[in-house]
Amino acid sequence: MSGLRVLVGCKRVIDYAVKVRVRPDKTGVVTEGVKHSMNPFDEIALEEAVRLKEKSVASEIVAVSCGPKQCQETLRTALAVGADRAIHVTVEGEEYEQLQPLAVAKIIAKLAQQEKTDLVILGKQAIDDDSAQTGQMVAGILGWPQATFASKLLKEDGYLKVTREVDGGLEHIKVKLPAIVTADLRLNEPRYATLPNIMKAKKKPITTLTPKDLGVDTSPRFSVLSVEDPPQREAGSKVANVDELIAKLKAVGVV
Amino acid sequence: VLHVCVSMCVCMCAHVCVLHVCVHVCGHMCVHSYAVLNEEQKENMRLLIEPTYKFFEEVNDAARNDVEEQVPPEIMKSLQELGAFGLQVPIELGGVGLTNTQYARLVEVVGGYDLAVGIALGAHQSIGFKGITLFGTKEQREKYLPQLASGEKIAAFCLTESSSGSDASSIRSKAILSDDGKHYILNGSKIWISNGGIAEVMTVFAQTPGKDAKTGEVKDKISAFIVERGFGGVTSGPPEKKMGIKASNTAEVFYDNVHIPVQNLLGKEGEGFKVAMNILNNGRFGMAAALSGTMKKLIERAVQHVTTRVQFGNKLEVYGDVQEKLARMAMMQYVTESIAYLLSGNMDRGCTEFQLEAAISKVYASEAAWEVVDECIQLHGGMGFMKAAGLERVMRDMRIFRIFEGSNDILRLFVSLTGLQYAGSHLRALERDLKGFKMDVLMSEGVKRTKRMVGARIVPSIAGQVHADLASQAEQLSSALGDFGASCESLLLTHRKDIINQQFLLKRLSTACIDLYGMAAVLSRASKALSKGVPTAAHEKALTVTFCQQAEERIRRNLGSLRSASHLKVDASMATIAKEICKHGGAVPTHPLD
Repeated sequence: MSGLRVLVGCKRVIDYAVKVRVRPDKTGVVTEGVKHSMNPFDEIALEEAVRLKEKSVASEIVAVSCGPKQCQETLRTALAVGADRAIHVTVEGEEYEQLQPLAVAKIIAKLAQQEKTDLVILGKQAIDDDSAQTGQMVAGILGWPQATFASKLLKEDGYLKVTREVDGGLEHIKVKLPAIVTADLRLNEPRYATLPNIMKAKKKPITTLTPKDLGVDTSPRFSVLSVEDPPQREAGSKVANVDELIAKLKAVGVV
Repeated sequence: VLHVCVSMCVCMCAHVCVLHVCVHVCGHMCVHSYAVLNEEQKENMRLLIEPTYKFFEEVNDAARNDVEEQVPPEIMKSLQELGAFGLQVPIELGGVGLTNTQYARLVEVVGGYDLAVGIALGAHQSIGFKGITLFGTKEQREKYLPQLASGEKIAAFCLTESSSGSDASSIRSKAILSDDGKHYILNGSKIWISNGGIAEVMTVFAQTPGKDAKTGEVKDKISAFIVERGFGGVTSGPPEKKMGIKASNTAEVFYDNVHIPVQNLLGKEGEGFKVAMNILNNGRFGMAAALSGTMKKLIERAVQHVTTRVQFGNKLEVYGDVQEKLARMAMMQYVTESIAYLLSGNMDRGCTEFQLEAAISKVYASEAAWEVVDECIQLHGGMGFMKAAGLERVMRDMRIFRIFEGSNDILRLFVSLTGLQYAGSHLRALERDLKGFKMDVLMSEGVKRTKRMVGARIVPSIAGQVHADLASQAEQLSSALGDFGASCESLLLTHRKDIINQQFLLKRLSTACIDLYGMAAVLSRASKALSKGVPTAAHEKALTVTFCQQAEERIRRNLGSLRSASHLKVDASMATIAKEICKHGGAVPTHPLD
């Protein structure tokens, strides 16, 4: 089997179009009854994996998601788009509320070892917590090279040529396989799952595991103190002239 | 006077699915529980809605399609890739294998975004090749369905001709068996065929001469055929310029000595009319679902406007006039949605007798949607009239829904006559049994007695099925049902067979029947919502109670008018006025200034 075995992370998050509301107890945001979908950067990661398979660079795509039962819907979409198999790591309730990037990274690292993965592709960050850590931590745990914020990906012999979007511009690197890649926005434009493929995907297998099965301790390393709305923008006031402006600025102590 | 014990049995149950009045000794009523999808079906539903909704939200551009008067080739391609052309074709033949309810849910999404694309898709699969699905032989299905499901080939339903619209059985296209018995030679032309200009596979209806089994005489009867454009002799005209659904292709189709292989006969020779009616009947449920989606989006737009626009120092939403409009729009949408899914659920349960409900759903949905778009534009004021707001396009698209797929006028007659048919067959039976007695006198006595008896009999049984909070609405429904049954019998007694010509009366009877079905549908749905304790149960109860109150008033008025002497005088007067207008060639009165 010359093709790469690819592992793709598919996180279930609140849909990007939803207006997020903070819970009254300030412990988090309202998720009950709110529309969820696959993290957009994970959709891009999955699309890249499917394109690699279409070019016969990849031979098998395994999609993974950590969370409650509803994650299986996310995985079904991944299977419809083109993943071959899916793994659902069941994490529920309190444990799920407290699930943090380090724990997820350990889970993915363990799976990568078990599945003899050659390439892990994750989204660069999730749109709910914006941590942007998981990919990097997986690389650290496994001791594999990482190519993060990828906007272009090419395989050449035993290497990957990756273009990274960084603050200074574009960076071109070469990484040995096995490796971790995290997908940035311009890596590709994901396809839509087609309706017949969604129905056909029902026959593709989803395996269920728990973090315990993988020997992973999911206990949190930091705790969230409170979640709040950004302060309401307050009305300004008009000033008659520059002197009044300076007087007002002095009054609030900024000048 | 003989005491006639006529009791009304009004039965609306899953397997009979019809409002019918029949003569039984004991009355009984069963309102089945509202349609429910199991967990797996619900999950499938969510999975399928997502890409559909995304496609219409992000990729399809309804305004552009309207301006260009076509579905752009790249959108057609995307729709093919999405799998939108074979939603109900079995998976083994390349389709998505959806049930009626799942299909309805998807077209609800489409209806909210682009009715023209909805019609292009519906004309293809809801009626275009439905005949092959329903009546096709194994060979026909395996030959045609895969390419139709993939959208590689488009289908069209070809029935209407210039001299035959509502009067479908009067079509003149002819298909004559060749001497060698291997082909039917088809000649004729069809008008206003959706997808007519682009279809490769058509379901065509034509007269075939056949020997009557009993009399031996040769008579023309309609047969249905699967005709491929590739057979040669098939041409189509340019796309018609229309008021709305402009992106949907509508064209004339001409058949000039087209050789149809005999294997392409669809169903039995001479049974084409039944095939046609079954296809139309089977596809009708999609319309109510699609329009309930359109109405939902229109209500959203209306609310967006009235909660932001300020006039006279207040947001429009506080004004009573605005509230009345919004409430009416919401009720009409709720009723339409309830009817649509009640119908699709019945069809999925294996109900074979749903033509009455399908007709009711189409009439109600199309008229309600027209009112909703009209009021939505009104609430927007001048802005509603502007192209940029995107509402005038929806109104233009909407107008055809009251006309095609069985015009509402014809369907209303069908609704009334079906209801009367049951009353009639049982009255006939009663008449036979009571030969010699003065039927009219007996029946009018009996009718009076019946209403009282029916009221007492039916209420406990409906009340048992409906949530306690809606008990008085259930009472309203049963009382109205009794009134309806009595009206049917009274009409038959007065007019006998001539009732079929009494269109003034039949129209009002059908409106009452539609309101009754609407009441039953919302009571069923709201009961389920209350029992399950869904968060919106209180609001749904309010919609239901309000609708039932207004529906009951309308029913009483309509049924009352059937017997009121003054109203009957008005009917006669209107008929006379109409005659004079036609004689005169236009409006008759002398100009006030002359």
